[in-house]
Amino acid sequence: MTSFVASGTAISLSGAVVALRGFPALAGVDMTIACGELVALRGGNGTGKSTLLRLCAGLVPLTRGQATVLDVELGKERAHVRHLVGLMGHRNGLYADLTARENVQFVANLVGATHADVDAALQRLGIDARVAATRVAALSAGQRRRTALAILVVRRAQLWLLDEPHAGLDAVAREELDVILRDATRSGATVVYATHEVDRPGLATPRTITLQGGRVVSDEQSLGRGTR
Amino acid sequence: MNVIAVIAKKDLLIEWRTRTLMARVVPFALLVLVMFAVALDSEPLLLRAAAGLVWLALLFSTMLVVQRSFDVETQDGVLDTLLACANPSRVFFGKATALFVQLFALGVVLVVGAVVLYGVAISGDRVVLLVTVVVSATGGLAVVGTLYGAVVANLIGRDSLLPLLVLPVLAPLLIAASRSTEAAFGSNTIDVANGWAWVGVLVVYAVVFGSAGALAFAPLTESDA
Repeated sequence: MTSFVASGTAISLSGAVVALRGFPALAGVDMTIACGELVALRGGNGTGKSTLLRLCAGLVPLTRGQATVLDVELGKERAHVRHLVGLMGHRNGLYADLTARENVQFVANLVGATHADVDAALQRLGIDARVAATRVAALSAGQRRRTALAILVVRRAQLWLLDEPHAGLDAVAREELDVILRDATRSGATVVYATHEVDRPGLATPRTITLQGGRVVSDEQSLGRGTR
Repeated sequence: MNVIAVIAKKDLLIEWRTRTLMARVVPFALLVLVMFAVALDSEPLLLRAAAGLVWLALLFSTMLVVQRSFDVETQDGVLDTLLACANPSRVFFGKATALFVQLFALGVVLVVGAVVLYGVAISGDRVVLLVTVVVSATGGLAVVGTLYGAVVANLIGRDSLLPLLVLPVLAPLLIAASRSTEAAFGSNTIDVANGWAWVGVLVVYAVVFGSAGALAFAPLTESDA
């Protein structure tokens, strides 16, 4: 897996407000996430998790406050941050009529990655030759998630923003995904994932930030459970 | 590989896999030509109107090709990834290039259709004019289609919005392409020199909308929700 330099601050938000069609989806968020951290964003539906991820990905404008992602000020140049972060939302962002390999290769060609990088990403995500040669339309939910993650790897995204990445996966695929996320942080990437599951066993997330009503209501470190 | 070529190649590969052009658009376009022939039911009238009918059929078909081109980007939210990995203006030209290739092929099919169905005769000395017209007009269609495809890509009801927005904008192209094609078809209404003058209009049109599209593609694809 591609290694990243893990130092400094990945995300810094201060009084961040995001209004979507007049509704304050984020109502003053303060948080700092260091590079290389694995962080879970928890909260029920409509608490602002997805909006927070999309803000950090540069996909929604900051209405008020300060927000810096990978040293890029979102208020001034949010388009630039999109090249540095990888967002996997509820949808996987894959072309259904291309094979898994073609999807990864397409992004690799856009960002200047090599065939060897594609092979390494597919291998790292456990996508074998048969799955790689299968059109995405015929893949299972878990295989599509893996392919989407392989794209994050080949893009060399420094910050992984994952919205409900475990949704739709069976128990085995969830555990495999947990391993992938831990490995990503070991390689230096920062991983922030949203989940509405409060007590799912498995992924020993060192830090959990809970949102409610568009605000951070708790920020807990799980000492001794860290993986780094 | 050049980013524009990578994006165009991807779009053409998807088209090759799904056969949308071959299975749906070409039959639709030829059907339009046939329906015009049935409706007008007069050989002199068809010969007179052939150029305009070819471009009307191509305009209608362009709506289907453009919608398909942006459906593949929005169905699974790929557009965000695409814009994160490539300069928006290159995405614009990549998609426009793929559209151009498809519309040019369709244009050739429709010209052949006009020869077969309407009895249009194309003399050898006018072939260069005809090829230039098809290239420049489909180039204009491709850039306008890509520009307005981006405008409606994330809107509800985009299938009906696209023709409403784009057809008025394509009116100058329709006029210029029809006039110059009339000249290439050997119509008595316009000579070859005037046909080339209309080609100039088509080239300016394509350059203006190509430049506007390259500049506007980023804000047009900006997500605010």
